[in-house]
Amino acid sequence: MEIILTVLASILFSTGIYNLLQKQLLRIIVGTVLISHGAHLFLLTMSQVKRGAPPLLVDDVSSYTDPLPQALILTAIVISFGVTSFLLVLAYRTYTLNKTDNMEEMRGSDYD
Amino acid sequence: MINLIFLPIVLPLLASVIAALLTKKIKITRLFSQITSVVFLIFVGGLAFYIFQNGSIVGQAGGWAAPYGISIVGDPLAILLVLTTNIIGTAAIFYAPRILEEKQERFYFYALYFLLIAGVSGAFMTGDLFNLFVFFEVLLMASYGLIVLGNGKAQLRESFKYVLFNLFSSMLFIVSVAYIYAITGTVNLAHLAERVETVEQQGVLTAVGMILFFVFAVKAAVFPLYYWLPNSYVVPNPVVSALFGALLTKVGIYSIIRVYTLIFVHETAITHSIFIWLAMFTMIFGVIGALSTHNVKLIVTYNIIPAVGFMLMGIGLYTPEAIAGSVYYLMHDMVIKGALFFLIGALVIAAGTKDLRQMSGVIQKYPLLGWVFFIASLILAGVPPFSGFIGKILLLEGGLRQEEFLLVIVALLSSLLILLSMMRIFVYGFWGELMDGLSNERKRIRQLTIPGVVLVGLAIFLGIGAEFVYPQIESISNMLYERTDYISSVLKE
Repeated sequence: MEIILTVLASILFSTGIYNLLQKQLLRIIVGTVLISHGAHLFLLTMSQVKRGAPPLLVDDVSSYTDPLPQALILTAIVISFGVTSFLLVLAYRTYTLNKTDNMEEMRGSDYD
Repeated sequence: MINLIFLPIVLPLLASVIAALLTKKIKITRLFSQITSVVFLIFVGGLAFYIFQNGSIVGQAGGWAAPYGISIVGDPLAILLVLTTNIIGTAAIFYAPRILEEKQERFYFYALYFLLIAGVSGAFMTGDLFNLFVFFEVLLMASYGLIVLGNGKAQLRESFKYVLFNLFSSMLFIVSVAYIYAITGTVNLAHLAERVETVEQQGVLTAVGMILFFVFAVKAAVFPLYYWLPNSYVVPNPVVSALFGALLTKVGIYSIIRVYTLIFVHETAITHSIFIWLAMFTMIFGVIGALSTHNVKLIVTYNIIPAVGFMLMGIGLYTPEAIAGSVYYLMHDMVIKGALFFLIGALVIAAGTKDLRQMSGVIQKYPLLGWVFFIASLILAGVPPFSGFIGKILLLEGGLRQEEFLLVIVALLSSLLILLSMMRIFVYGFWGELMDGLSNERKRIRQLTIPGVVLVGLAIFLGIGAEFVYPQIESISNMLYERTDYISSVLKE
């Protein structure tokens, strides 16, 4: 199970980075979303996807699920959700003001 | 007493909510922000005094003992930086109403400011690696809000890149936390410091350590990852640039200091010698950038980068004196970068242009601004007896003891070039014929200069009063070098 999840995470990372390197704003945002999914999946995989009892204090339990990565992922998902929505609004404003969604045309060093 | 350690994070968070609710009544918000930030400053000052007298205070969130719950660690280093943060923040709050347009203030400047302070204080004080990620995100969220304040064309363009870089490095942060959790089974910093020694595959740990360094190096603007910094720090309003330049990159450097003196200290021959090379290149490239432009604000922005090189140098040398130098330089740099951005903001308002070639003779009309800027430049370059000198001499002494002669030469040379880049502003901008179109708003310029004067005064005190300050810094650096104090205060064994 861990191996499948790791491969899936790596596919998400590679597609994410491919999209991140594109010129269109929206594709870049899709890239960051994919990378964040990959990172979250990776976090879950790293603690081993164990089955068994819930992590409660009960006698006679040898295998139980590790609760910490799930708590970490939940936090990370909320954060990346917030940042992505902000990034979408920012991209829209950037597009309306600069009249372009092409990163190639958003270079330059005029700071007004 | 222990619960007081949470307040430097919780109070700004509460103030942020209140400021967001009050935001329509701008005068009340201003007054509220000024009063609360002065109160916070006094409170944090008292807390710092207590900690320096009686040792670290460690708070465990929810009362869960250390490796299970999240620890908030108020050790001398953390509280010193929180205090410096609050000093700069208070100066910024008094600077803001004069430099921001009323519309910008109304668009949640004060709410975002308090959120930024909460995030920065949290990042300094947390004792948990994942919690560090969360506080990084809190301060970055606030900085995203602040950087777009004003809604300019170039501003949005550069903000987008800034958000992207930070988002990508945050994702790498999650990945490295995942690796560390897989290898050691903990994310508590003190617990990690204990466990890294017992890990079987030390090589993997070093590799993960370098991924984590990559994350912090992006935030701290270390060569070759600094290229996002100049453009995105030069576009926002001067008060926002001052907050960013004084606080944000320093959080990255603080994280490097914390992690590489506490956790990854087993392979210093690999990790710390890489730092020395990176420090050298950071100094060279930063100072070349500062000499390459005529935009006054960009010159100061580029000067953030060599300072990062100096602090990284101390971590790379990894001796108690060199670490003391890094900590001293860190504190000094926060204060002086804040002051310089404040003064540059005043200069740009006074001259009406950012281009050095179009301004001259500003000192004839605004002598206070001119002379304070001159002293600030000397402090930045590390001319004795000011605070930059104390930090630099500790670092150079550490470098000579370790026989890193090339590093010492580069450091000395880059200090000289920093002085040159700042003197260019002074010679071309302040000296010479009185220019046309110089602003007549004497009262406003004076009010804009005062926060800078206060911070420059503090920097002078850090230099001349070194005899009073240095013993504290020395005990901090010994504590960092020995490690056991931090570990035992968190884990309470």
